Amino acid sequence: MEWSKKHIISIREFTREEIDFVLEKSEVMEKKLSAEKKLDLMKGKILALMFFEPSTRTRMSFEAAMKKLGGEVIGFGSSEITSEQKGETIADAVRVIEGYADIIVIRHSAEGSARLASEFVSIPVINGGDGSNQHPTQTLLDLYTIKKEFKQIDGLSIGIVGDLKYGRTVHSLTDALMKYDVKLVFVSPPELRMPRRLISELKEKGVGVKETTKLSALKGCDVIYVTRIQRERFPDPQEYERVKGTYVIDSTIVEKLKPEAIIMHPLPRVSEISPEVDKTPHARYFQQAKNGIPVRATLLCLVSGIKI
Amino acid sequence: MYKRDEPLKIRNIKNGISIDHIDAGKAPQVLRILGIDENFKDSVTLAMNVFSHKMKKKDIVKVENRDLDVEEINKIAIVAPNATINWIKDFKVVRKEKVKLPKEIVSIIKCPNPSCVSNKEREPITSVFYVKRNKNVRLVCKYCEREIGIDEIKDLL
Repeated sequence: MEWSKKHIISIREFTREEIDFVLEKSEVMEKKLSAEKKLDLMKGKILALMFFEPSTRTRMSFEAAMKKLGGEVIGFGSSEITSEQKGETIADAVRVIEGYADIIVIRHSAEGSARLASEFVSIPVINGGDGSNQHPTQTLLDLYTIKKEFKQIDGLSIGIVGDLKYGRTVHSLTDALMKYDVKLVFVSPPELRMPRRLISELKEKGVGVKETTKLSALKGCDVIYVTRIQRERFPDPQEYERVKGTYVIDSTIVEKLKPEAIIMHPLPRVSEISPEVDKTPHARYFQQAKNGIPVRATLLCLVSGIKI
Repeated sequence: MYKRDEPLKIRNIKNGISIDHIDAGKAPQVLRILGIDENFKDSVTLAMNVFSHKMKKKDIVKVENRDLDVEEINKIAIVAPNATINWIKDFKVVRKEKVKLPKEIVSIIKCPNPSCVSNKEREPITSVFYVKRNKNVRLVCKYCEREIGIDEIKDLL
């Protein structure tokens, strides 16, 4: 397949073939990186990280990926230190940075900010998260983690737990998974169910969907994807405490899982996966975070037209 | 409401436009799109909730000495997707057109998502919605990717 995408804005724009291509190339990249530690594929190129919102994992893994490819990194990590405070528009900010860099990764709370950025510059733009809309590189590393474990995504049963209403990670992941032959089990409190739009889209595409409030529904799943339930989603703090305590993956839940099942989490976690799970053979969340390096390194090369 | 056997009496206009098959209750929105308010001088006929064979109930708007441009027709298509526009000259229909939603609606709808970048002050972009047709018409914002139904549109730009 010839790669033709210049920008990485939304997972919804990816065909299944394009996703599979990224995952295959990420595997090649991972091997290259472990064999050589540092490559020179991006030598002489500069990556600009424009993080108007705080981020640790996404920003640092992009930075690490670029450095492992032999490139340089510039940027900022909070809107407080940027020109946005002075009233500069995103459109102006990216046009300025275009003069300094070869690729832009942008995170901004405004939904659609990465698409806007891509319309004003001629260098590639990668979406590092735009409000509660999209986080495509997270989705690709999630899929990479699943594929690495099971060799394929088709045929798997995937349970997604936690805040399914507001979590952009789970929306992007669901958008991508509907391109595969999978069964999905959504576990959440009733007030944080998956948006109806996504449920009806899944049904139209013939994806098997089960929605439940009970963690026991996860026992037949191959993948358990856990997300954090955020306090600010609940007007009543007591209700939050009750819900938070109900959706905890601990050893009693883990005992009932399939022996080959893996547990994933986009991190940071608070208390939704108890620390005792970390030592079990099911835990994959730290590996998942590490997979951000080969996947993001692959994307940096692909948008720059560099063959892997 | 008009009964099936009662003739619908709306005075014909000499020159202008007649917009028929407007979804019942949507005529005031059509008037707003046409910019018709208390300062409008020519004659306007408005019928609301009248009997229709096709739609059961419909609204009709007739405006003397008025034409429509493409943008206005696109706006009418959003609030009244079944509307038919008749251009009248000397009491005769000289052109008839059913409104059609374009594939892309540009600079017409304000995205109802307050966090959408298209609502951010001073950004030099305009709203764009893609029209998705399944059973019902759904619109998807180019920027925040949120999908909305016609009934969720609060503000036209």
